[in-house]
Amino acid sequence: MTAELVVFVTMGAVAAVTAAAVVISKNAVHAVIYLVINLFAIAVLYLALSAQLVAFLQILIYAGAIMVLFLFTVMMLNMTGAIEMTDDKLSKQKPLALMLGLLLIAEVVVGAVGLLNQPSAVAIGEGFGSAKEVGNRLFFGYLLPFEITSILLLAAIVGSVVLARRKDDD
Amino acid sequence: MPLSELVIFILIKAALAVVIFALWMTMVPVMIWIERKVIADIQARLGPNRVGPFGVIQPIADAVKLIFKEDILPKSSDRVLYALAPAMLMVPAILAISVIPIGGTVTIGARSFSLQILGAYKSPGLTVPELDAGILLVLAFSSLGVYGVVLSGWASGSKYSMLGGMRSSAQMLSYELPLGVSLLGAIVLGGSLKLTDIVAAQREMGVWFIAPQLTAFIVFFISGLSETNRAPFDLPEAEQELIGGYHTEYSGFRFAMFFMAEYLSMVTISALAVTFFLGGWHVPFFDVVWLGPVWFAAKLMVLLYIFVWVRGTLPRVRYDQLMRIGWKAMLPIAVINVVFTAGIVTWAPKAGAVYLSGAGIGLAAVTFGVISMVLRVKIGRSVDERLRRVLGRRAEGEAAGQ
Repeated sequence: MTAELVVFVTMGAVAAVTAAAVVISKNAVHAVIYLVINLFAIAVLYLALSAQLVAFLQILIYAGAIMVLFLFTVMMLNMTGAIEMTDDKLSKQKPLALMLGLLLIAEVVVGAVGLLNQPSAVAIGEGFGSAKEVGNRLFFGYLLPFEITSILLLAAIVGSVVLARRKDDD
Repeated sequence: MPLSELVIFILIKAALAVVIFALWMTMVPVMIWIERKVIADIQARLGPNRVGPFGVIQPIADAVKLIFKEDILPKSSDRVLYALAPAMLMVPAILAISVIPIGGTVTIGARSFSLQILGAYKSPGLTVPELDAGILLVLAFSSLGVYGVVLSGWASGSKYSMLGGMRSSAQMLSYELPLGVSLLGAIVLGGSLKLTDIVAAQREMGVWFIAPQLTAFIVFFISGLSETNRAPFDLPEAEQELIGGYHTEYSGFRFAMFFMAEYLSMVTISALAVTFFLGGWHVPFFDVVWLGPVWFAAKLMVLLYIFVWVRGTLPRVRYDQLMRIGWKAMLPIAVINVVFTAGIVTWAPKAGAVYLSGAGIGLAAVTFGVISMVLRVKIGRSVDERLRRVLGRRAEGEAAGQ
């Protein structure tokens, strides 16, 4: 129990600090690196929740593939210099962002308090978090959402190809 | 569970980890020596032959030289990321081996453990299962290696490094897909994501998966060459175009780390191929647990020799060819292989080794035949058109000039 708590506190702290650093950091490449560290911390949290498969997929897909594309894009657009923060452009967004942020915090607090009132944690089943269990759930319990997601992704791929295609291509 | 059992467990696992990591690191100088000797043979040279018998100590001399060289920090570099990048390439390459089984289950008294760092362990008071979905861990770590390359390219603050880093991020991302998908066929046949189960399945079926999964093996090997930035896919460090690519600015030990990472990931890819396609530590007839690591090493060396052989034989491909091979040949072939294998497992679950092998080899012949014909026709046509366009433009220019 205490070991779990130590892992949760350290990894939670790492995740929170790096998440803040992503927003604060002025160098886009550094922001991407902070986001990668953040994704790693969350993967460790998944491991602590005995969700092995999700943890590995988190590293493989998010940290290993998607963030590399982010980095690639940052380099392509040459956004490597420090970004100038101009307040006047975003002045109207600030109050709205503040309000929505407070709303989100309130929601999290209400949710956490609600969880505290529950009697105790539910015991997890045999093979929880294994590839087999996740696969069974995905292909039997949630087949329709799964297929809809894949169609959505296919549409996104086709759309990006259409957008990226040059007019003079033969 | 008594505390002493836990201590013994930790001691055994630590010893296993130290031995396997040490063996893996030893592969680096061994491979450097073999590579230089074999390439020299192919090119009719002598190769290293001054330090030690047949030059075997040459890699150690080189390492000493590199360690004592000055560690240069370019003025325009990003200090932290520049220093970290080589480690970001090397650490994943080392960690990826932690789930590869190099031998069977060893039993000492009441305790038994498999020769795999994150493997199963069993003693009277304590049972630790093998890591579930171990192959995903290997793929995850191998996909992280690209950060080292991209960031070293960017953090160096030089255009050659930057171009090398950009090239490699596109290349490694493109070939990660066929690399992972080609393993899927073997996973479907073996029915598990655990590497020891894959090895056991090959033993039970009485056939190494290289025969029923010949298509996947070829795709895996080609993608592996590209993932490790080896010739003929060593575009990120193409000397003629990019000086040294992403490690142009590096010197001293940091430069050595790039080299070590390249050889380590080469060994890891080969070890994966041995596990998935060449029956792991098993051989027919002399199948003794204690000899397992020896057989594993023997198969590993054969594959590593082919890596070197390919480097000495094939010229580097062009960048557009690299992308075309990856997306238009390797990925479709890998997907076809998965669908084909899934069909066999669904409709002919009791198929014997001979039937499976025949089907696998037939599929490889058909897919590679068709794809190479299609690509040749298309490449031929595009070259023709480009030539005609250039010639036409020149003719126009001459007409306008006169």
